[in-house]
Amino acid sequence: MNAIKFLFAAYIVTWLIHAAYLGSLVRRFSRLRQQLKELGKK
Amino acid sequence: MNSLWAVTLATLKKDIRLEWRSKDALNSMLFFSLLVVVIFAFAFDPLAEESRHIAGGLIWVAFLFAAVVALNQTWARELRNQVLDAYRVSPAPANALFLAKALGNFLFVSVLEALMAPLFVVFYNLHVLGPAWQLIPIAILGTWALVVNGTFFAAMSLRTRSREIMLPLLLFPISIPAVLGMVAGTTAVLTGDNPAHFYIVLLLTYDVVFTTACLALFEMILHAE
Amino acid sequence: MKRLFPILSVLTAALLAYALYLALVVAPTDALQGDVYRIIYYHVPSAWTAFLLFFINFIASVQYLANAKPSSKTAAKWIVLAIGILGVIASFLPPVQRLLPAGMHPSAVATTVLAIPAFYFLIGKYFPGERLDVLAVTSAEVGVVFCTIVLVTGPIWARPVWGIWWAPGDIRLTSTLVLWLIYVSYLVLRRFSSSAQTQMLAAALAVFGALDVPLVYFSIWFFRTQHPQPVIGGGGSMDPRMLHVLLISWMAFLCFAFLVCWSRFRLELLHREVEEGHAMESLAGGAVAAKGSLPLNRSPQ
Repeated sequence: MNAIKFLFAAYIVTWLIHAAYLGSLVRRFSRLRQQLKELGKK
Repeated sequence: MNSLWAVTLATLKKDIRLEWRSKDALNSMLFFSLLVVVIFAFAFDPLAEESRHIAGGLIWVAFLFAAVVALNQTWARELRNQVLDAYRVSPAPANALFLAKALGNFLFVSVLEALMAPLFVVFYNLHVLGPAWQLIPIAILGTWALVVNGTFFAAMSLRTRSREIMLPLLLFPISIPAVLGMVAGTTAVLTGDNPAHFYIVLLLTYDVVFTTACLALFEMILHAE
Repeated sequence: MKRLFPILSVLTAALLAYALYLALVVAPTDALQGDVYRIIYYHVPSAWTAFLLFFINFIASVQYLANAKPSSKTAAKWIVLAIGILGVIASFLPPVQRLLPAGMHPSAVATTVLAIPAFYFLIGKYFPGERLDVLAVTSAEVGVVFCTIVLVTGPIWARPVWGIWWAPGDIRLTSTLVLWLIYVSYLVLRRFSSSAQTQMLAAALAVFGALDVPLVYFSIWFFRTQHPQPVIGGGGSMDPRMLHVLLISWMAFLCFAFLVCWSRFRLELLHREVEEGHAMESLAGGAVAAKGSLPLNRSPQ
């Protein structure tokens, strides 16, 4: 029974890591689009 | 080929002469090596039964840190005096500069090791049970493994922020098989439990592979602005 | 092209959900390990994906270095072709077959070797010029993400099954750790280096890393034969139903990895566009400010 905790921990951690990375991609995207917009204005 | 060795030796002699004249770097590094050995003697109980088993690892970790300190200042003098620009423009083969630096570092780190090793023997009451002569090829091949890649990565780190931390950051992962070889080989000889032949072959293979890679790619590194 | 992405995302999400269902519900329970073994359906596909991505980075790095000069570019193409042809022929020769581990079919080896020229030429064709380097950084970064998952799920799996978090002599996990370290150092070099030749330096580092991995493997392999390690399960054939679920899981994660790489690739292109924009801006601004004064310095150090 205890072992099942490890199974769920592994699955959850996997998706946490993927979510964190995708989140960082989204953040970098929005920052770059912002900078591109500012460059376009000048 | 003649000119390669001629330039290499000339550069090497110049480096040794310069280093000898200002013994600052030399002295501080010698003292650093001594400190490392003493700290390790306090950190790990030298009287324990198993000291022979861990001494191999401790010695090489100490050598590794001393080597990194030495390697970090490989190109410092060249950077200060814009020597690299002059070298890039000159017809001298880039590999001659690399070999000179690598050999210089090798000699220097070997001096540090020659100082630290007896200290380890004293502090840990080391007593070699296996064939002691095998420690010599292990030391030579292992030191060259660290120095050849270290000199190359030091050049790679020249134009990076946090240059001093970048060198060990690049060097350590790549050096793992060599470190395993050095440590396991040294332990094998100290304890006499198993033969060290494979580790010597491993170190030799590592040295051949990476010396070739460094020589092949150094020219590109030198011209990286 | 832009509309394709959301559609593929939905399809991939569905495939991942299906794979999860297969992994948790359909796959049979292992006789020895119970249900914990199902971690394998996340651990192994992540590993295979990470290795594939690192392989792509290696090919892209070698090609980037080779393309620096026309002479080395052609030479590299011929060498890669030779590797492919000779590798295929060699895998069917008896002396080489004796070296292969038991159960490995020569055609499997031949197909794997053919991957080298196949990837080399495909990558060369579809990622010309700067895009080759963009591919390199993309595959390295996404590869590190998947490799991190391997290194995290590995100990989580090991603890209930072997009783220990980490076995120092475990070849696969340790080699994966070294590979992870090498590629993290690769990413750090890319971020911290302010040289105009950062891309070349990183490519050189990738080549060093690739040379290192087989050495890591053999050094640990020999170390293990000298020092008895805990007996680790793995190896031996797998229940075909489990293999089926494993392959579907892998396919799902490959699709996912593809989409992530595509996003990262577009991000990098955008990043370079912005960099160029800033550079143009400072050039124009500098020209205006430096009218009649000294020429601009090279790189600010």
